[in-house]
Amino acid sequence: MISPRIAGVAVLLLAGAAQAVEFNQVQPEKTKLVFTSKQMGVPVDGGFGRLTGQIRFDPAEPSAASARLEIDLSSIDAGSAEATEEVVGKQWLNVKAFPTAGFQSTSVKALGGDRFEAVGQLTIKGQTRELTAPFTFKQEGAAGVFDGVFVLKRLDFGIGEGTWSDVSTVANEIQIKFHVVAASQHENVLQPH
Amino acid sequence: MIPATPYSATAKLAHWLIAALILAAFPLGLYMHELSLSPEKLRLYSYHKWIGMTVLLLFMPRLLWRLVRPPPALLPGPAWQLKLAEATHWLLYLLMAAVPLCGWLMSSAKGFQVVYLGLVPLPDLVGKDQALGTLLADLHSSLAWALMVLIVVHAAAALKHHLIDRDDTLRRILPFVKLPSGDTRP
Ligand code: HEM
Repeated sequence: MISPRIAGVAVLLLAGAAQAVEFNQVQPEKTKLVFTSKQMGVPVDGGFGRLTGQIRFDPAEPSAASARLEIDLSSIDAGSAEATEEVVGKQWLNVKAFPTAGFQSTSVKALGGDRFEAVGQLTIKGQTRELTAPFTFKQEGAAGVFDGVFVLKRLDFGIGEGTWSDVSTVANEIQIKFHVVAASQHENVLQPH
Repeated sequence: MIPATPYSATAKLAHWLIAALILAAFPLGLYMHELSLSPEKLRLYSYHKWIGMTVLLLFMPRLLWRLVRPPPALLPGPAWQLKLAEATHWLLYLLMAAVPLCGWLMSSAKGFQVVYLGLVPLPDLVGKDQALGTLLADLHSSLAWALMVLIVVHAAAALKHHLIDRDDTLRRILPFVKLPSGDTRP
Protein backbone atom coordinates (compact mmCIF):
# COMPACT_ATOMS: atom_id res chain seq x y z
CA MET A 1 0.00 0.00 0.00
CA ILE A 2 1.29 3.41 -0.95
CA SER A 3 1.33 5.74 1.95
CA PRO A 4 -0.70 8.93 1.57
CA ARG A 5 2.44 10.89 2.24
CA ILE A 6 4.36 9.47 -0.72
CA ALA A 7 1.35 9.90 -2.97
CA GLY A 8 1.10 13.52 -1.86
CA VAL A 9 4.74 14.18 -2.71
CA ALA A 10 4.28 12.57 -6.14
CA VAL A 11 1.29 14.79 -6.90
CA LEU A 12 3.22 17.86 -5.83
CA LEU A 13 6.19 16.88 -8.02
CA LEU A 14 3.98 16.29 -11.05
CA ALA A 15 2.19 19.56 -10.57
CA GLY A 16 5.51 21.31 -10.11
CA ALA A 17 6.91 19.78 -13.29
CA ALA A 18 3.88 20.84 -15.26
CA GLN A 19 4.03 24.38 -14.00
CA ALA A 20 7.74 24.82 -14.46
CA VAL A 21 7.64 24.72 -18.22
CA GLU A 22 5.68 27.39 -19.88
CA PHE A 23 7.43 28.30 -23.09
CA ASN A 24 6.85 31.95 -23.68
CA GLN A 25 10.00 33.64 -24.97
CA VAL A 26 10.01 33.45 -28.76
CA GLN A 27 13.55 33.51 -30.08
CA PRO A 28 13.34 35.30 -33.42
CA GLU A 29 16.87 34.42 -34.51
CA LYS A 30 16.16 30.67 -34.16
CA THR A 31 12.64 30.85 -35.53
CA LYS A 32 12.12 30.13 -39.20
CA LEU A 33 9.23 30.55 -41.58
CA VAL A 34 9.80 29.08 -45.03
CA PHE A 35 7.52 28.27 -47.91
CA THR A 36 7.47 26.36 -51.16
CA SER A 37 5.46 27.53 -54.12
CA LYS A 38 5.07 25.64 -57.37
CA GLN A 39 5.77 27.39 -60.64
CA MET A 40 5.02 25.30 -63.74
CA GLY A 41 5.39 22.23 -61.53
CA VAL A 42 8.76 23.41 -60.21
CA PRO A 43 9.01 23.71 -56.43
CA VAL A 44 10.58 27.06 -55.48
CA ASP A 45 11.67 27.72 -51.90
CA GLY A 46 11.40 31.02 -50.11
CA GLY A 47 11.19 32.37 -46.61
CA PHE A 48 10.80 35.30 -44.24
CA GLY A 49 13.66 36.81 -42.32
CA ARG A 50 11.79 38.70 -39.60
CA LEU A 51 9.16 37.30 -37.35
CA THR A 52 8.08 38.32 -33.87
CA GLY A 53 5.59 36.79 -31.54
CA GLN A 54 4.20 36.02 -28.15
CA ILE A 55 3.59 32.43 -27.21
CA ARG A 56 2.37 30.79 -24.06
CA PHE A 57 2.57 27.04 -24.23
CA ASP A 58 2.67 24.41 -21.57
CA PRO A 59 2.58 20.91 -23.10
CA ALA A 60 0.76 19.64 -20.02
CA GLU A 61 -2.01 22.14 -20.54
CA PRO A 62 -2.38 22.85 -24.26
CA SER A 63 -5.89 24.23 -23.97
CA ALA A 64 -4.49 27.21 -22.07
CA ALA A 65 -1.92 27.90 -24.77
CA SER A 66 -1.99 30.91 -27.01
CA ALA A 67 0.14 32.25 -29.81
CA ARG A 68 0.39 35.51 -31.65
CA LEU A 69 2.88 35.78 -34.48
CA GLU A 70 3.66 38.72 -36.67
CA ILE A 71 5.59 38.48 -39.90
CA ASP A 72 7.41 41.39 -41.45
CA LEU A 73 6.47 40.83 -45.08
CA SER A 74 9.20 43.07 -46.44
CA SER A 75 11.69 40.46 -45.17
CA ILE A 76 10.50 37.97 -47.80
CA ASP A 77 12.89 36.05 -50.01
CA ALA A 78 10.89 34.52 -52.85
CA GLY A 79 13.74 32.41 -54.22
CA SER A 80 15.23 34.82 -56.76
CA ALA A 81 15.87 38.56 -56.87
CA GLU A 82 13.32 38.99 -59.64
CA ALA A 83 10.61 37.11 -57.78
CA THR A 84 11.34 38.87 -54.48
CA GLU A 85 10.95 42.22 -56.19
CA GLU A 86 7.70 41.07 -57.76
CA VAL A 87 5.94 39.59 -54.72
CA VAL A 88 6.16 42.68 -52.53
CA GLY A 89 4.21 44.51 -55.25
CA LYS A 90 0.53 45.38 -55.39
CA GLN A 91 -0.70 42.25 -57.14
CA TRP A 92 0.98 39.96 -54.64
CA LEU A 93 1.48 40.98 -51.00
CA ASN A 94 1.13 44.74 -51.45
CA VAL A 95 3.63 45.26 -48.67
CA LYS A 96 3.38 49.06 -48.78
CA ALA A 97 -0.27 48.90 -47.75
CA PHE A 98 -0.03 45.73 -45.65
CA PRO A 99 3.46 45.53 -44.14
CA THR A 100 2.75 42.61 -41.82
CA ALA A 101 0.84 39.35 -41.73
CA GLY A 102 -0.38 37.96 -38.45
CA PHE A 103 -1.63 34.84 -36.79
CA GLN A 104 -3.68 34.85 -33.60
CA SER A 105 -4.57 31.49 -32.12
CA THR A 106 -8.06 30.85 -30.81
CA SER A 107 -7.57 27.31 -29.53
CA VAL A 108 -4.91 24.66 -29.16
CA LYS A 109 -5.53 20.99 -28.55
CA ALA A 110 -3.43 17.89 -28.05
CA LEU A 111 -3.55 15.21 -30.76
CA GLY A 112 -1.57 12.65 -28.80
CA GLY A 113 2.14 12.14 -28.30
CA ASP A 114 4.06 15.24 -29.24
CA ARG A 115 1.42 16.33 -31.73
CA PHE A 116 -0.86 19.30 -31.30
CA GLU A 117 -3.15 21.41 -33.37
CA ALA A 118 -3.58 25.14 -33.34
CA VAL A 119 -6.62 26.89 -34.74
CA GLY A 120 -6.60 30.60 -35.26
CA GLN A 121 -7.04 33.61 -37.46
CA LEU A 122 -4.54 34.29 -40.19
CA THR A 123 -4.52 37.80 -41.59
CA ILE A 124 -2.71 38.65 -44.80
CA LYS A 125 -3.28 41.62 -47.07
CA GLY A 126 -6.23 42.78 -44.98
CA GLN A 127 -8.08 39.47 -45.28
CA THR A 128 -8.65 37.20 -42.31
CA ARG A 129 -9.26 33.47 -42.64
CA GLU A 130 -9.40 30.65 -40.17
CA LEU A 131 -6.32 28.46 -40.19
CA THR A 132 -5.78 25.02 -38.70
CA ALA A 133 -2.14 24.14 -38.26
CA PRO A 134 -0.99 20.84 -36.81
CA PHE A 135 2.42 20.94 -35.18
CA THR A 136 4.79 18.92 -33.09
CA PHE A 137 6.35 20.13 -29.88
CA LYS A 138 9.73 19.06 -28.57
CA GLN A 139 11.64 20.26 -25.61
CA GLU A 140 15.30 20.80 -26.37
CA GLY A 141 17.12 21.81 -23.25
CA ALA A 142 15.30 24.79 -21.85
CA ALA A 143 13.76 25.67 -25.18
CA GLY A 144 10.52 24.47 -26.72
CA VAL A 145 10.57 23.78 -30.45
CA PHE A 146 7.38 23.92 -32.48
CA ASP A 147 7.42 22.45 -36.00
CA GLY A 148 4.51 22.46 -38.36
CA VAL A 149 3.44 22.47 -41.96
CA PHE A 150 0.25 23.72 -43.53
CA VAL A 151 -1.00 24.60 -46.97
CA LEU A 152 -2.13 28.12 -47.71
CA LYS A 153 -4.31 28.83 -50.70
CA ARG A 154 -2.90 32.10 -51.96
CA LEU A 155 -6.08 33.19 -53.76
CA ASP A 156 -8.01 33.09 -50.44
CA PHE A 157 -5.97 36.16 -49.55
CA GLY A 158 -5.78 37.74 -52.98
CA ILE A 159 -2.06 36.92 -53.23
CA GLY A 160 -1.32 37.10 -56.96
CA GLU A 161 -4.06 39.08 -58.64
CA GLY A 162 -4.74 39.87 -62.29
CA THR A 163 -2.90 37.59 -64.71
CA TRP A 164 -1.21 35.97 -61.70
CA SER A 165 -4.50 34.50 -60.53
CA ASP A 166 -3.93 31.83 -63.19
CA VAL A 167 -3.07 28.83 -61.01
CA SER A 168 -1.72 26.76 -63.91
CA THR A 169 1.53 28.75 -63.79
CA VAL A 170 1.84 29.53 -60.07
CA ALA A 171 -0.14 26.95 -58.11
CA ASN A 172 -2.77 28.12 -55.63
CA GLU A 173 -1.34 25.90 -52.89
CA ILE A 174 1.68 27.20 -51.06
CA GLN A 175 3.26 24.94 -48.51
CA ILE A 176 4.32 26.79 -45.38
CA LYS A 177 6.67 25.38 -42.79
CA PHE A 178 7.24 26.96 -39.43
CA HIS A 179 9.92 26.24 -36.90
CA VAL A 180 9.40 28.33 -33.78
CA VAL A 181 11.78 28.23 -30.87
CA ALA A 182 10.60 29.60 -27.54
CA ALA A 183 12.49 29.51 -24.29
CA SER A 184 10.85 29.05 -20.95
CA GLN A 185 11.16 32.02 -18.65
CA HIS A 186 13.48 30.19 -16.29
CA GLU A 187 15.91 29.23 -19.00
CA ASN A 188 19.00 30.36 -17.12
CA VAL A 189 17.94 28.73 -13.89
CA LEU A 190 17.04 25.39 -15.45
CA GLN A 191 19.88 25.15 -17.89
CA PRO A 192 22.95 27.11 -16.99
CA HIS A 193 25.25 27.32 -20.02
CA MET B 1 31.32 9.37 -110.95
CA ILE B 2 30.93 8.51 -107.27
CA PRO B 3 27.47 7.31 -106.33
CA ALA B 4 26.16 9.31 -103.38
CA THR B 5 25.15 7.20 -100.40
CA PRO B 6 22.26 8.69 -98.47
CA TYR B 7 22.18 9.04 -94.71
CA SER B 8 20.18 6.38 -92.86
CA ALA B 9 16.57 7.20 -92.09
CA THR B 10 17.43 7.32 -88.36
CA ALA B 11 20.27 9.77 -88.93
CA LYS B 12 18.02 11.98 -91.07
CA LEU B 13 15.29 11.98 -88.45
CA ALA B 14 17.73 12.80 -85.65
CA HIS B 15 19.33 15.57 -87.73
CA TRP B 16 16.12 17.41 -88.59
CA LEU B 17 14.37 16.85 -85.28
CA ILE B 18 17.27 18.25 -83.29
CA ALA B 19 17.77 21.08 -85.79
CA ALA B 20 14.11 22.07 -85.41
CA LEU B 21 14.31 21.96 -81.62
CA ILE B 22 17.47 24.08 -81.52
CA LEU B 23 15.99 26.58 -83.96
CA ALA B 24 12.94 26.85 -81.69
CA ALA B 25 14.87 27.06 -78.40
CA PHE B 26 17.19 29.83 -79.59
CA PRO B 27 14.72 32.62 -80.50
CA LEU B 28 12.53 31.57 -77.56
CA GLY B 29 15.54 32.04 -75.26
CA LEU B 30 16.23 35.51 -76.64
CA TYR B 31 12.59 36.54 -76.43
CA MET B 32 11.70 35.21 -72.97
CA HIS B 33 14.83 36.73 -71.47
CA GLU B 34 13.58 40.24 -72.32
CA LEU B 35 10.12 39.82 -70.77
CA SER B 36 9.35 41.23 -67.36
CA LEU B 37 8.14 38.67 -64.85
CA SER B 38 4.67 37.40 -65.76
CA PRO B 39 2.87 34.05 -66.03
CA GLU B 40 3.76 34.11 -69.73
CA LYS B 41 7.44 34.46 -68.90
CA LEU B 42 7.28 31.50 -66.49
CA ARG B 43 5.53 29.42 -69.14
CA LEU B 44 8.03 30.31 -71.87
CA TYR B 45 10.99 29.59 -69.58
CA SER B 46 9.56 26.14 -68.95
CA TYR B 47 8.92 25.49 -72.64
CA HIS B 48 12.46 26.64 -73.42
CA LYS B 49 13.89 24.27 -70.82
CA TRP B 50 11.78 21.36 -72.01
CA ILE B 51 12.77 21.88 -75.66
CA GLY B 52 16.43 22.17 -74.66
CA MET B 53 16.28 19.10 -72.42
CA THR B 54 14.77 17.17 -75.34
CA VAL B 55 17.83 18.11 -77.40
CA LEU B 56 20.07 16.80 -74.63
CA LEU B 57 17.94 13.65 -74.32
CA LEU B 58 18.17 12.95 -78.07
CA PHE B 59 21.85 13.80 -78.19
CA MET B 60 23.06 10.60 -76.52
CA PRO B 61 21.33 8.09 -78.82
CA ARG B 62 22.22 10.27 -81.79
CA LEU B 63 25.91 10.23 -80.95
CA LEU B 64 25.81 6.49 -80.22
CA TRP B 65 24.07 5.87 -83.52
CA ARG B 66 26.74 7.86 -85.33
CA LEU B 67 29.53 5.89 -83.69
CA VAL B 68 27.88 2.52 -84.34
CA ARG B 69 26.75 3.40 -87.85
CA PRO B 70 29.20 5.94 -89.27
CA PRO B 71 27.66 8.31 -91.79
CA PRO B 72 28.49 7.97 -95.48
CA ALA B 73 31.85 9.49 -96.39
CA LEU B 74 31.91 13.16 -97.32
CA LEU B 75 31.56 13.78 -101.03
CA PRO B 76 34.88 14.63 -102.63
CA GLY B 77 36.12 18.19 -102.45
CA PRO B 78 39.22 20.25 -101.67
CA ALA B 79 41.06 18.90 -98.61
CA TRP B 80 40.62 22.09 -96.57
CA GLN B 81 36.87 22.01 -97.14
CA LEU B 82 36.67 18.38 -96.03
CA LYS B 83 38.69 19.18 -92.92
CA LEU B 84 36.54 22.20 -92.18
CA ALA B 85 33.33 20.23 -92.69
CA GLU B 86 34.55 17.48 -90.37
CA ALA B 87 35.59 19.99 -87.69
CA THR B 88 32.28 21.84 -87.97
CA HIS B 89 30.31 18.63 -87.53
CA TRP B 90 32.16 17.64 -84.36
CA LEU B 91 31.91 21.14 -82.96
CA LEU B 92 28.17 21.07 -83.66
CA TYR B 93 27.89 17.85 -81.66
CA LEU B 94 29.90 19.38 -78.85
CA LEU B 95 27.76 22.50 -78.66
CA MET B 96 24.41 20.78 -79.08
CA ALA B 97 25.22 18.97 -75.83
CA ALA B 98 27.10 21.78 -74.07
CA VAL B 99 24.40 24.44 -74.54
CA PRO B 100 21.52 22.53 -72.91
CA LEU B 101 23.83 21.02 -70.29
CA CYS B 102 24.98 24.50 -69.36
CA GLY B 103 21.32 25.58 -69.24
CA TRP B 104 20.54 22.77 -66.83
CA LEU B 105 23.55 23.66 -64.66
CA MET B 106 22.47 27.31 -64.67
CA SER B 107 18.94 26.46 -63.67
CA SER B 108 20.22 24.38 -60.75
CA ALA B 109 22.62 27.13 -59.66
CA LYS B 110 19.81 29.69 -59.74
CA GLY B 111 17.75 27.47 -57.45
CA PHE B 112 15.21 26.30 -60.02
CA GLN B 113 14.92 22.58 -60.40
CA VAL B 114 14.19 21.38 -63.94
CA VAL B 115 10.93 19.44 -64.08
CA TYR B 116 10.82 17.91 -67.56
CA LEU B 117 7.46 18.58 -69.23
CA GLY B 118 6.20 19.65 -65.80
CA LEU B 119 6.12 15.96 -64.88
CA VAL B 120 9.58 14.50 -64.34
CA PRO B 121 11.71 16.22 -61.68
CA LEU B 122 15.35 16.07 -62.71
CA PRO B 123 18.16 16.20 -60.16
CA ASP B 124 19.88 19.51 -59.47
CA LEU B 125 23.42 19.32 -60.86
CA VAL B 126 24.85 21.92 -58.48
CA GLY B 127 23.63 23.60 -55.32
CA LYS B 128 22.06 27.07 -55.29
CA ASP B 129 24.74 29.66 -55.91
CA GLN B 130 23.74 33.04 -57.36
CA ALA B 131 27.22 33.99 -58.58
CA LEU B 132 27.67 30.66 -60.33
CA GLY B 133 24.18 31.01 -61.80
CA THR B 134 25.04 34.38 -63.34
CA LEU B 135 28.30 33.02 -64.71
CA LEU B 136 26.56 30.00 -66.24
CA ALA B 137 23.86 32.24 -67.73
CA ASP B 138 26.55 34.21 -69.57
CA LEU B 139 28.23 31.00 -70.66
CA HIS B 140 24.92 29.51 -71.81
CA SER B 141 24.22 32.63 -73.85
CA SER B 142 27.71 32.72 -75.41
CA LEU B 143 27.67 29.02 -76.27
CA ALA B 144 24.18 29.34 -77.74
CA TRP B 145 25.40 32.20 -79.97
CA ALA B 146 28.44 30.16 -80.99
CA LEU B 147 26.12 27.27 -81.85
CA MET B 148 23.96 29.59 -83.95
CA VAL B 149 26.98 30.97 -85.84
CA LEU B 150 28.13 27.43 -86.52
CA ILE B 151 24.67 26.41 -87.70
CA VAL B 152 24.64 29.34 -90.13
CA VAL B 153 28.07 28.37 -91.49
CA HIS B 154 26.97 24.73 -91.73
CA ALA B 155 23.73 25.60 -93.53
CA ALA B 156 25.50 28.06 -95.85
CA ALA B 157 27.98 25.34 -96.82
CA ALA B 158 25.14 22.89 -97.50
CA LEU B 159 23.40 25.47 -99.70
CA LYS B 160 26.63 26.23 -101.53
CA HIS B 161 26.96 22.52 -102.35
CA HIS B 162 23.37 22.38 -103.49
CA LEU B 163 23.15 25.60 -105.48
CA ILE B 164 26.68 26.21 -106.72
CA ASP B 165 28.40 22.81 -106.80
CA ARG B 166 25.05 21.15 -107.59
CA ASP B 167 26.06 17.94 -105.81
CA ASP B 168 24.08 15.63 -103.52
CA THR B 169 25.49 16.87 -100.21
CA LEU B 170 22.21 18.42 -99.10
CA ARG B 171 19.91 16.03 -100.91
CA ARG B 172 21.35 12.94 -99.28
CA ILE B 173 20.28 14.09 -95.84
CA LEU B 174 16.88 15.49 -96.88
CA PRO B 175 13.92 13.35 -95.85
CA PHE B 176 11.71 11.86 -98.57
CA VAL B 177 14.40 12.28 -101.24
CA LYS B 178 15.49 9.24 -103.20
CA LEU B 179 18.89 9.52 -104.78
CA PRO B 180 19.09 8.01 -108.25
CA SER B 181 22.44 6.35 -107.80
CA GLY B 182 25.23 7.85 -109.85
CA ASP B 183 23.45 11.20 -109.79
CA THR B 184 26.46 13.00 -108.36
CA ARG B 185 28.55 15.23 -110.47
CA PRO B 186 32.25 14.57 -110.58
C1 HEM C 1 19.46 23.50 -77.67
C2 HEM C 1 19.27 23.95 -76.52
C3 HEM C 1 19.26 25.40 -76.08
C4 HEM C 1 19.47 26.54 -76.80
C5 HEM C 1 19.83 26.70 -78.26
C6 HEM C 1 19.34 27.65 -75.86
C7 HEM C 1 19.47 28.98 -76.18
C8 HEM C 1 19.27 30.03 -75.32
C9 HEM C 1 19.39 31.43 -75.64
C10 HEM C 1 19.78 31.99 -76.99
C11 HEM C 1 19.10 32.15 -74.52
C12 HEM C 1 19.08 33.67 -74.36
C13 HEM C 1 20.35 34.14 -73.74
C14 HEM C 1 20.35 35.63 -73.52
O1 HEM C 1 19.50 36.33 -74.06
O2 HEM C 1 21.21 36.07 -72.77
C15 HEM C 1 18.80 31.21 -73.49
C16 HEM C 1 18.43 31.56 -72.21
C17 HEM C 1 18.15 30.66 -71.19
N1 HEM C 1 18.18 29.28 -71.28
FE1 HEM C 1 18.61 28.21 -72.94
N2 HEM C 1 19.03 27.14 -74.62
C18 HEM C 1 18.96 25.77 -74.72
C19 HEM C 1 18.69 24.87 -73.71
C20 HEM C 1 18.39 25.22 -72.40
C21 HEM C 1 18.13 24.28 -71.32
C22 HEM C 1 18.14 22.77 -71.44
C23 HEM C 1 17.88 25.02 -70.20
C24 HEM C 1 17.54 24.58 -68.78
C25 HEM C 1 17.21 23.42 -68.42
C26 HEM C 1 17.99 26.40 -70.57
C27 HEM C 1 17.79 27.46 -69.70
C28 HEM C 1 17.84 28.77 -70.05
C29 HEM C 1 17.56 29.85 -69.14
C30 HEM C 1 17.14 29.73 -67.68
C31 HEM C 1 17.76 31.04 -69.86
C32 HEM C 1 17.60 32.46 -69.33
C33 HEM C 1 18.85 32.96 -68.73
C34 HEM C 1 18.61 34.24 -67.99
O3 HEM C 1 17.44 34.57 -67.76
O4 HEM C 1 19.59 34.87 -67.66
N3 HEM C 1 18.29 26.50 -71.91
N4 HEM C 1 18.91 29.92 -73.98
